[in-house]
Amino acid sequence: MTKDVALDHVTIRFGSHTAVDNALLTIQGGEFFSFLGPSGCGKTTLLRCISGFIEPTEGRVLIGGNDMRRVGPNKRPTALIFQNLALFPLMSVAENIAFPLEVRGVGRKERRRRADELLDLIALPGVGDKKVYELSGGQRQRVAIARALAVEPDILLLDEPLSALDLKLRHHMRTELRSIQKRVGLTFIYITHDQGEALTMSDRVAVMSAGVVQQIDVPEVIYDRPRTAFVASFVGETNAISGKVASQSGGDVVVDTPIGMLPGRASGGRSYAPGDIVTLFIRPEQLAVGEAANAPSISCTVVKEEFEGSVRNLFLEDKGIPLRLSRVNSGSEGAPLVPGQVVKASYNPEKAWALPATPEA
Amino acid sequence: MSASTLRGQTFSVGYSLLFFGFLFGPLIIMTITAFNSSSFPRISPWECFTTEWFGVLVNDRRLMGGLVNSIIIGAGVVALSVPVGLAGALALAEIGPKLRSALYTVLITPILIPGVVLGISTIVFWGHIGRQLGFGYDSVFFNGMFLTIAGQVTFISAYAMLIFSARLQRFDPTLTEAALDLGATPGQAFRKIMLPFLRPAILSAAFLTLLASFENYNTTVFTILAQSTFTTALASKVRYGIDPSLSALAVIIIAVTLIGAMIQEAHTRRREAIVTGRASRSRLYGNPIGRFVAHPATIGLLLIALAAVAIWRGSLHDATVCKQEVIDEKRANQQRFLEEQQKRMKQNAPAPQPAQPGAPQGTKNPSPFGGAFGNVAPQSPDAAPPGPPPAQNPSPFGGAFQGLSPPKQ
Ligand SMILES: Nc1ncnc2c1ncn2[C@@H]1O[C@H](COP(=O)(O)OP(=O)(O)O)[C@@H](O)[C@H]1O
Ligand SMILES: [Mg+2]
Repeated sequence: MTKDVALDHVTIRFGSHTAVDNALLTIQGGEFFSFLGPSGCGKTTLLRCISGFIEPTEGRVLIGGNDMRRVGPNKRPTALIFQNLALFPLMSVAENIAFPLEVRGVGRKERRRRADELLDLIALPGVGDKKVYELSGGQRQRVAIARALAVEPDILLLDEPLSALDLKLRHHMRTELRSIQKRVGLTFIYITHDQGEALTMSDRVAVMSAGVVQQIDVPEVIYDRPRTAFVASFVGETNAISGKVASQSGGDVVVDTPIGMLPGRASGGRSYAPGDIVTLFIRPEQLAVGEAANAPSISCTVVKEEFEGSVRNLFLEDKGIPLRLSRVNSGSEGAPLVPGQVVKASYNPEKAWALPATPEA
Repeated sequence: MSASTLRGQTFSVGYSLLFFGFLFGPLIIMTITAFNSSSFPRISPWECFTTEWFGVLVNDRRLMGGLVNSIIIGAGVVALSVPVGLAGALALAEIGPKLRSALYTVLITPILIPGVVLGISTIVFWGHIGRQLGFGYDSVFFNGMFLTIAGQVTFISAYAMLIFSARLQRFDPTLTEAALDLGATPGQAFRKIMLPFLRPAILSAAFLTLLASFENYNTTVFTILAQSTFTTALASKVRYGIDPSLSALAVIIIAVTLIGAMIQEAHTRRREAIVTGRASRSRLYGNPIGRFVAHPATIGLLLIALAAVAIWRGSLHDATVCKQEVIDEKRANQQRFLEEQQKRMKQNAPAPQPAQPGAPQGTKNPSPFGGAFGNVAPQSPDAAPPGPPPAQNPSPFGGAFQGLSPPKQ
């Protein structure tokens, strides 16, 4: 069974500080949904609100269509995986996993059987009798997931579960988490400040900034068609060039910038008046060295080139505005560029976004 | 090695010896005096090895009655102050930061108030309540045991609270949240997560409150009214004169402490070895025999068995023959003195006044320890030779002179 989670105009305040501001969204049953945002933007607060530790100041949380007001965390069909995992240090691994069954009065034999089953599910058979401190970070991670699954929740909430792991393991656990989610078919609500995690694992991502949900969409759209300046600059690398709108026709805008008239797209059907202050966002991989037909180009000076394994990062500059260009390190990009050299950089205007300079509140 | 480091080493070794002598000297001397048959606790002259003082101690009705009272009071105080302290600590942990410091001050105040004040106010408070409710002097409000428990709990529960607070500070509150989230009721979360975490603190709080109750004098001496606890009985016994049965008591306390400390040490070492995972590699814990021998229960049983054997052997020991010899020897010495003195008196004739044998010397002696350390020799040439003490010795240190005198009958 999977259930929808709906946040109906949820606002959460601590005194005068608004941690979550008017969140309105629906998470479909069986979806892997991520909240992505910088530290302190209210992600944990929102998750604790869904799991029942905080009541919203305004608005409602609905799970499976039922209003969750005054339903305690132990009565909600959710299971939360805490940022620090919160495994019980005095219990063995099996006791940890079977804890939800123990408090529901399930007998010892049955508990043990379920615990072993879940250990198989997370690919850790035979560690049931170990103590928690005897496990590695990644193993603990999976034990925490098994323990949460023992509740047989409809919704699994995960609070930056990978942030304590080292890089290799983090990448491995991404795949692992995604495959566990596929296997059990539950709704996963995942929060993270790591865009890589959010983009690789999620069906849909909600990007948050200072308590405000900025954009909710599938990862490709979040990356390719950011709707606010915050999303454009927080998710992935980008070049930001500010200027004024010169003209707009349909979705196409021309922005008057210090480095010339640059064409781009108005995101989300916005219409600008000439003179509106906007920022044009162009991703480094959308810039290419040299001129191309029907593509606008900027002539700039090479500052330096950095080698980064699969890509080379070219740092350019024109009239004090830095530009960054990445090209795939395929070996066919020709002679290396030397600092001081003047080159043309062209881009696809369909993938350049003109967004209001100040983030919309 | 250079001379200066050698000097430094000598100095530090000497200093350590002095330091440990200072710490343990009194205990060692007291232990030895418990086995000397001399009726005043002393090492020299060594008379006879004896275990009779343990018998004297056990047969002291007042002290043993006080011990029973102390145990009952201790149990009551532990049973009350551990939960009260725990509740206080939990309240402190849950409450907002502003109220916390106010509550902390309130809870900690009883520790800062002098014990005598607590004692007196306990009597006054409960007496007032008792009278208001119309109870007589035979009611619980005027019962020494009840008042002592009530009075001690007021400040001992604050000790317990401090222990629990210290432990709670290391508690990760997300564990309770996790338990709730996994479906536990608040009660289950408390019983299954918080209490196991607090278990060591509960044990140490119980132990500490028991000790604090047992050794308390200031408050208890007021609240116990006409009854007595071990401590107050001991205090009054000391006032009436000390004998080596107190040393015997000290030996018992030291032995119990040592046994407890050794079991505790074995327990912590074993715990540490297991937690750090060194257990399987260590020589002691690595093999089954070593593991068995080093187990705290084995060590405890062994020590208790040793103590039991010591008690059994001690109870069989009979020092009467040796004591008789000592007495005979003393009598002979006295005889000799008497004769020498008579000889001298004859030479210095005419004597101004004949010595009065049988005068209770203790009452005349200006020193509070009157002659406890001078044994056979008279203090001045013309002092009276010690006579037999009166049947009822009026001096608080009267017992100290029994060794000097011929035995009664
Ligand atoms: N219990 C609380 N009381 C007051 N402020 C809080 C509380 N919990 C969180 N906050 C504030 O709310 C904001 C969001 O916090 P949080 O949800 O933990 O952020 P994130 O998880 O995105 O890093 C922070 O500014 C934090 O200081
Ligand atoms: Mg957080």
